[in-house]
Amino acid sequence: MIAVELSKMFRRPRTWVTIGLLNGLPVLVAVLLALTDLAPRPGEGPPFLSAVLTNGTLYPLAALAIVLPLFLPIAVALIAGDAVAGEAQAGTLRYLLARPAGRTRLLVAKLVSVFAFVLVTVLVVAAVGYLVGQVFFEVQPLGGTALSGTSLTPAQIAGRTVLSIGYVTVSMLGVAAFALFFSTLTDSPLAAMIGALAVLIASSLLFTLDAASSIAPYLPTRYWLAFVDFFRDPILWRDIVRGLALQAVYVAVLLGAAWANFATKDITS
Amino acid sequence: MTAAVIATQGLVKRYGQVRAVDGIDLDVRAGDVYGFLGANGSGKTTTVRMLLGLVLPTSGEVQLLGERMPKAARRVLPRVGALIESPAAYGHLSGRANLTLLDAAGPGGSRRTRRPRVDEVLEQVGLAGVGRRPVKAYSLGMRQRLGLAGALLRRPELLVLDEPTNGLDPQGIHEVRDLLLELHRAGTTVFLSSHLLAEVEQLCSRVGVLDRGRLVLQDDLATLTAPTGATVVETPDPQRVRAALDGRVLSTDGVRAIVRGADPAEVNAALVAAGVPVTGLALQRPSLEEVVLAAAGGSADRVDGTEGRTRR
Repeated sequence: MIAVELSKMFRRPRTWVTIGLLNGLPVLVAVLLALTDLAPRPGEGPPFLSAVLTNGTLYPLAALAIVLPLFLPIAVALIAGDAVAGEAQAGTLRYLLARPAGRTRLLVAKLVSVFAFVLVTVLVVAAVGYLVGQVFFEVQPLGGTALSGTSLTPAQIAGRTVLSIGYVTVSMLGVAAFALFFSTLTDSPLAAMIGALAVLIASSLLFTLDAASSIAPYLPTRYWLAFVDFFRDPILWRDIVRGLALQAVYVAVLLGAAWANFATKDITS
Repeated sequence: MTAAVIATQGLVKRYGQVRAVDGIDLDVRAGDVYGFLGANGSGKTTTVRMLLGLVLPTSGEVQLLGERMPKAARRVLPRVGALIESPAAYGHLSGRANLTLLDAAGPGGSRRTRRPRVDEVLEQVGLAGVGRRPVKAYSLGMRQRLGLAGALLRRPELLVLDEPTNGLDPQGIHEVRDLLLELHRAGTTVFLSSHLLAEVEQLCSRVGVLDRGRLVLQDDLATLTAPTGATVVETPDPQRVRAALDGRVLSTDGVRAIVRGADPAEVNAALVAAGVPVTGLALQRPSLEEVVLAAAGGSADRVDGTEGRTRR
């Protein structure tokens, strides 16, 4: 069943178009930076972007930081929101369940394929970022500068980049869980996707509001950018750990709710 | 008595205040071609979905192939082929890819025999030559055939079909009917949900009629359309029949007279003796339509009025 779902997703042209479009913005940013040499000043713009002109090795991280606030969540919400509601809209859900695929099995398979999509997407963004960084910018093989000013060895940069990719993936699993839960509520994939995005936009907005500071630690987007902390020396674990724990709670609760709803739902689509 | 293939007891589905299905006791036996009739909105689709475990009953029981649904779905449903309302497939994939994915999505379809089985059902429904064309380029009739192919993929013991000839041209309808009869001869029980009386009359051996969520009729077609004990006399001059067989004529219209008496030969002899010209003689049998309309009682208008409209 999992193999069936993976094959369905990765054989669908839309999946690859989404991933392709997602990479458009970081590539465009890289081209502009390389042509103009006008990097944002440190502390402004997306993280790492000010540093890439001097060290292209950091571009995978800059690329992730560029797509993280909006593009990546949209892509994840699109695929995850489509997971169940898309089948319902196409009418194939009733045939899958009468096959019988088993409701829990189907949901687990959808979950795995959505997680696979998140991982592949983040990896492709990082890989394209790496290529772009090598092509457009000077590469310093001797290692880069940590945000806190000390130097990191190339091995350290590589290791911490991998950790960051993992962290961003986990952050996106939270988005996927929201969209998948909404996807079991409605027969419209669009509604599921927009529902998930609405949650994220609300969360980002509340995060900027002083009056909401008491609930800020529980907002799903609160710790998204904490992967920057991997590049402090020593690594600043506090926000990273909190971010992972927060996403774990969201994913567990939402998937539980999705399962409870889907396992007992009347399929009338 | 033969084994029950579908048996429901007091099946109820309530949506808010509306009882969409209101205490149904279905009884479909092995070897039946069962016609499940009802107007759109009478609860047919909800019932079919409850049989297959898609909709969960408010109360009552469903037994499919002798096992309790939806608990035994994983054991039972691989032995059931279903076409539920309209067919559905992934538009960007070919028909063959769709069938392969559907077969791989559940238990009871061996991976080794998958290719030959897919080839076989495509052949059966007349799509063998369709090649790699994506389903989104299929016509409605081709989609219907593909849906039927999906239902036949595991050589099911029971076929549950909802409007299987929808969207097909007369030729296609004929082909599907032949295919169903052939499968039936090979031992498949067929549960055919439809609002097309003619289709049911031609195919089915047993009939159930659903009216506003209640099963108002369930019997063998032969019993339902058994002779009424009257003879239909076709004649250019019905009034002379009335004169010759005084008191036995139940009704007349322009070219016909209905005469009490279950022996056409006797009626004929009496008429010929009186010199009444007779152009045709037959035992009177109620048509399925008359039976259904009578059983559906006060909602005859609903059966007529909503027919042909499709509910989504």
